[in-house]
Amino acid sequence: MKPVAFDYYRPENLADAVQVLQSSPQAKILAGGQSLIPMMNFRLMRPETLLDITGLTELDYVERTDRGLRIGALTRHQNLHMSKLVHEHFPVLAEAAGEIGHWAIRNRGTLGGSLTHADPASELPAAMVALHADIEIASSDGTRTVPAEEFFLGFLTTDLGPNELVTGIEVPVSDTSQFGFSEFARRPGDFALAGAFVELHGTDRGAVTWFGVSGGPERRETRFPQNRQEREAVFIDLTQTFDPLDEPEYKRRLAVTVAEDAYQNAAGRLD
Amino acid sequence: MTTQQNLTRIQLSINDEQRTVDVEPRWLLSDVLRHELGLTGTHVGCEQGVCGACTVLVNGQPQRSCLMFAVSAQGSEIRTIEAATPVEGLSPLQAAFEKHHALQCGFCTPAMVLTAEALLKMNPNPTEQEVRVALSGNICRCTGYQFIVDAVLEAAEAYRRVSSTTQREGQ
Repeated sequence: MKPVAFDYYRPENLADAVQVLQSSPQAKILAGGQSLIPMMNFRLMRPETLLDITGLTELDYVERTDRGLRIGALTRHQNLHMSKLVHEHFPVLAEAAGEIGHWAIRNRGTLGGSLTHADPASELPAAMVALHADIEIASSDGTRTVPAEEFFLGFLTTDLGPNELVTGIEVPVSDTSQFGFSEFARRPGDFALAGAFVELHGTDRGAVTWFGVSGGPERRETRFPQNRQEREAVFIDLTQTFDPLDEPEYKRRLAVTVAEDAYQNAAGRLD
Repeated sequence: MTTQQNLTRIQLSINDEQRTVDVEPRWLLSDVLRHELGLTGTHVGCEQGVCGACTVLVNGQPQRSCLMFAVSAQGSEIRTIEAATPVEGLSPLQAAFEKHHALQCGFCTPAMVLTAEALLKMNPNPTEQEVRVALSGNICRCTGYQFIVDAVLEAAEAYRRVSSTTQREGQ
């Protein structure tokens, strides 16, 4: 099928973009379009106004800051995956970005689009929660910053207001934590059935952040016993604290498996 | 609700030629390539980004032309299968596809060739696994992929010869 007709705006800079959002708060933002356009092709979404931010090249950057890395909302997944800075400071983020869809999808999809869409099965929202990122948001009222953990409110739902736009994120570099990542999908490129990021603080404390197991990222601080059986028992208990959208027993079992893989991945980075 | 929208004029570089097209904002790039520009080598399968048949190169990178509004492609360089054959005959990739019977019905082939072309340009020495991963977004329901992978690996040799020549010339 084909999308229905819509009014189309293509601002050249951020100031114009937030102006359009102010006057047309019902406008839908088009970034990479890799989730939005399929829904429009199916006519599951019929936005009256489309704000195409493809031209906002000022939002396409990865840069080092005093705290860590700032990454622009229009950074394509493939560039996140290949970025030297991301590899150097957050190897799990580069790794996770490489698992998003297929190559052709990664070449177009954007960080800001993925965070705003907040698909529960997507890697980047959970990565932001796991890495303690701040989400940077702009509107005609100015800018504000929200910790990722407060940004994702549930299934396809975020803290973003109708006149607001995600402009980028900042991830703080940690000298004391190591991160690991793992996900399970039936075939490469498919949506993950479950995935996890593990943060190891020292050798036995930290957190697990799951995705694909419920309506949104699930972060749980925990201890990690050295003994594998005991560790699994901890993961099993943690998986009882969220509600899978479907096949709860299977999802919880998978959640334990990916958490253990992500833990091994993080522990391997300790030395 | 109106069905006819105002047309927007866009300029694209298509297969190294500057083209000006008037498009409705809701027109997909795949439809503009096929219906407005007559480039029907770009095939349309699922229109939801899953099958990969409509993949074209946008600024050298494989992208789904069914998941892009033509109006968003303003100013981009697009390469379609129509540009894949050099004047002197089949490209090394096309020749390898022929030799290895890497196509049967041919529906997925234009996008397979373009994706493989972009891969070999980026990485002229891919492993079998890297070829499989790069092509994993392109569905073929005839061949079982083995012959496609064989063809890409053989064509890679030709790309390595070209890139080593270019390197020597550059020195």
